[in-house]
Order: sequence, then C-alpha cells, then structure tokens
Amino acid sequence: MSAGGGGNDVQWCFSQVKGAIDDDVAEADIISTVEFNHSGELLATGDKGGRVVIFQQETENKSQPQCRSEYNVYSTFQSHEPEFDYLKSLEIEEKINKIRWLPQKNAAQFLLSTNDKTIKLWKISERDKRPEGYNLKEEDGRYRDAATITTLRVPVFRPMDLMVEASPRRVFVNGHTYHINSISVNSDNETYLSADDLRINLWHLEITDRSFNVVDIKPANMEELTEVITAAEFHPHQCNTFVYSSSKGTIRLCDMRASALCDKHSKLFEEPEDPSNRSFFSEIISSISDVKFSHNGRYMMTRDYLSVKIWDLNMENRPVETYQVHEYLRSKLCSLYENDCIFDKFECCWNGNDSVVMTGSYNNFFRMLDRSQRRDVTLEASRESCKARQVLKPRRVCAGGKRKKDEISVDSLDFNKKILHTAWHPQENIIAVATTNNLYIFQEKVN
Amino acid sequence: MSGEVQASTEEQQEMQDTVVSPEKAEEVKLKARYPHLGTRPGGSDLLRKRLQKGQKYFDSGDYNMAKAKMKNKQLPTAAAEKTEITGDHIPTPQDLPQRKQSLVASKLAF
Repeated sequence: MSAGGGGNDVQWCFSQVKGAIDDDVAEADIISTVEFNHSGELLATGDKGGRVVIFQQETENKSQPQCRSEYNVYSTFQSHEPEFDYLKSLEIEEKINKIRWLPQKNAAQFLLSTNDKTIKLWKISERDKRPEGYNLKEEDGRYRDAATITTLRVPVFRPMDLMVEASPRRVFVNGHTYHINSISVNSDNETYLSADDLRINLWHLEITDRSFNVVDIKPANMEELTEVITAAEFHPHQCNTFVYSSSKGTIRLCDMRASALCDKHSKLFEEPEDPSNRSFFSEIISSISDVKFSHNGRYMMTRDYLSVKIWDLNMENRPVETYQVHEYLRSKLCSLYENDCIFDKFECCWNGNDSVVMTGSYNNFFRMLDRSQRRDVTLEASRESCKARQVLKPRRVCAGGKRKKDEISVDSLDFNKKILHTAWHPQENIIAVATTNNLYIFQEKVN
Repeated sequence: MSGEVQASTEEQQEMQDTVVSPEKAEEVKLKARYPHLGTRPGGSDLLRKRLQKGQKYFDSGDYNMAKAKMKNKQLPTAAAEKTEITGDHIPTPQDLPQRKQSLVASKLAF
C-alpha cells in the first residue's frame, strides 16, 4: 500500500474502534496523546490516568489481501502516577501529555512519555523463551531440597507464550518549573528536547541528572509576561535545528550552532495582522496549539484555533498555505470563550508524503486537507459508522441560513466531543483518530 | 461641534464593524455580558492562570487547624472549585490526590 494521494481520491473506511461504548466517561480514560512509531507497526496512546496502551499491527495475510491488517493490544502499562510536590505546593497530574518513539536500533522498542513535570524513557521488549531445568529450583520457583539432588543437568531455553514487558530505563526529573507541553527526539538519536511554558531543555538520552537549557523566555519581572511557549519540535534531518511556537501565533526557528543559548532566534515566522480586524479574541485564537515539520523537512505546519497554516522554512513573513478548519465558529467566539472551548489545543499531522494534512474539530469531526488537489473534506468518528469497511461519508456544517438535508447546523454541534489528537501512519493510508475516550482506526478503501 | 461630528463617525465605524466582522460582533456581545473584562485581553491574566495550574497552598499549621475544625462542622466542599485556589482555601487530606492503590487497566486494552 502506498501513501498515494490521500485526501479526496482516497475513500476512508472504518477499520477498528478501541475503548468503552458507554457514555459515562471516567476522567482517567480521556485519551491525551496518540503516536505511531517510525515504521507504523506500533501505535501508542496515553491517557489522563497516566497509562500507556500500545497496539501492534498484525502482519498482513498475503494470501488474503482483502483482509485488512488490524491493530491489537501489544502492551499496556502505568507510565506516570499523580504526585504532590509538597515543597512547591503543586499538584502534578499523571496525564500523559506526549509520547514520542525512538527509531528502532535493536529488538526492543523505546519511547519517551511525559506528564507535566517528568519525562520517562520506556523499553518495550519481547520475551518468547524462558530457561527451564534448573538444578536447585522447581519449575514453579520453589527451592529444591539439596539433599534430594542426585544428578546435574544443564538448563535450556524453551519457547513460551509471548510476553511483552515495559520497563522504565531512564527517568528525567526536575528539569522543568513550568508544565511540559512538548518532547521531541533529535535526528541524532542521542538527544531530545523538552519544552514547558517558558523554557526548552536539551537532554541526552543516557543522562538523567543534567539537562541543558537552550531557550528561556521568562521575563525578569513576571508582570511583564506576554507570551508563552506552546509547542516545540526538532527538525527531522538537521540535528542543529528546532522550532518553537508561541501563544501569540509566532514560530521561532533556532540553530544550536549559532549559540549555546538560543534566546535569539535564527528565523521568526509571523503573519502580519490586519490591525483593523483586531478584536478581543485575536490573540487567543492566534495561539498556536501544535507545530509539526513535514517529513521532507522543507515545511512546517501550525494549528491555531480556527486554521491550519503551512510555512515554507525559507519564507518568514507569511505562510504559503492557509486552510480554514471550522470558520463557522468565528461567529460563536463569545460562547466558546465562556465555555473555555476557545482554549482547546488541537493537534495536526502530515501524511507520509506530505500531500495531505489532518486535524480535528468538534462534534467528533476531523478534517482532511489535501494540499496537492486543494480540496478538503470533513469526516466523523462515530459509533454509527462502525460497520466493517464502511466508507465514511463527508459531513457538512451549515453556518447559517437554510440548512440543507444531511447538513448539521452550527448550533447542533456537540462541543464536548472534541478530536484533539490524530495520527497518520508514516507510510500507509491508515489513520488513528482519538475521540474523548475512544480510538478509531480508519484505513483506505481497497477495491 | 467638530467633537460631536467625530463621535458620530466613530459610532458609524463601530456599526460598520459589527456588520463586517463576526469576530467584532462577538466581542461586543462579550463586553456586554462582562463589562469589567480586562483591557489587556490575551495578556498576563490568562497566562498567569495557565502557569499556576495545579498550585495549591499547604501549611501544616493550617492543616491542623482545618482538621480540628472538621471535627466540629462540615467544611464546604472545595472540589467544585477547579479554578485557582488562593491562600484562603485550606486543603484537607481529601482534597489531595490519592496515590493509586491498585493498577486499573485502560479500557482501550480490551
């Protein structure tokens, strides 16, 4: 299967849904992050309860090409626990903010998971054989009476049922005073960055007791605080380059070769604002909730409240493409401010060949924006379209005026059903879409 | 005289804005509901609230006082108050997050 076109010549079908059906959602079950690994074979989710669940793609049955490869549970573990920092009188949530996979180096898989304060490196390894035939122990572990041992034997490895173990290999603590919003593994595969509201740190994967501060935007006087860091990411190929976005809608690109402390940016990406259009909401809706480099490293995508923007790294003064996600919400900003929805942080992602981007919206809608064909479609992740291989029907929102058949009016949208986290398989047209507590997997229709 | 002319031009501009920009219309709506809304909208207040997420105040003297008070009367439930907890609020053991006793598996894993 190739990554192919994407958006609109692709028909998306339901493949699987994970999670409970009932509407009574426990807070711990709220999905907070979704991430494919570099091969797409593994799919990890993190939730508000601090748990990680990893799914593995079943190897395709070559004799039955119609049989879609499914993702089944591979491993699950408790990554973070709730904590109370008595010194600072601070409650620390166990919610997993981000998961990032390391490229695979050997048989084991490694991922970084982080909550607001602590980053952990987890090793996920398989065990499919175990030693048997000990001299001093029975098979169940009880020690044998030495007096009864008359012969010696050599223990041998025998196959056993596959067991997948997750163990924390590194715990990176006390690096952040403020709340961590991003982690990003460097292409050098030795270092990674972590970003909180005011600072960005550089860590070495082997070293947990030290980290290097590369960005610090904390003002001397906190009364002068005007913007915070909202997301950060390393360039996919250039190990010296990273970007970070702000609550004021700007993106700064930093080059670690230029200086040790990257407070001064190398490039500043900012779209000039029309001052006559400025309103109370302008700054809030311009806050960037996610920034992602394209796979080819030439572009980056930002998500603010109402739009997705594609930036060419060589052009700082404006994005090369802007897509409206849900423009009909512009006339609802007052109520969205009152119910706090205006502060929702939507993520965005690229497909494997950077031709289509995807982001979530409300009412369990998500948007596919086809860059090459300049078309877009709105799809829905709902229990109604859960029949195997059922093709997803495009959805339309009626902004005002007469509502056509099959359209849904803005006032009927459910703002509690948010799709904040989505992920796209790195090579194939397989997407993972997280609703509040369910994970939907959709695949390209195969004829 | 010229002052009055100026004022009506501004009023006209605002009316035009309401017609032209849905965003500005929403702003007018918001200001009508909350007339004392800060003059620096996206600024320090919002940011500081974001930075202070999770902050609680805990003092052992206050804690013991609160425990003593609890024996006599019921404390108002603070659980509903998810916004900033200032020094006036005295956290009790019930307010603090409990360490998980046992691992509850994620429902995604079934």
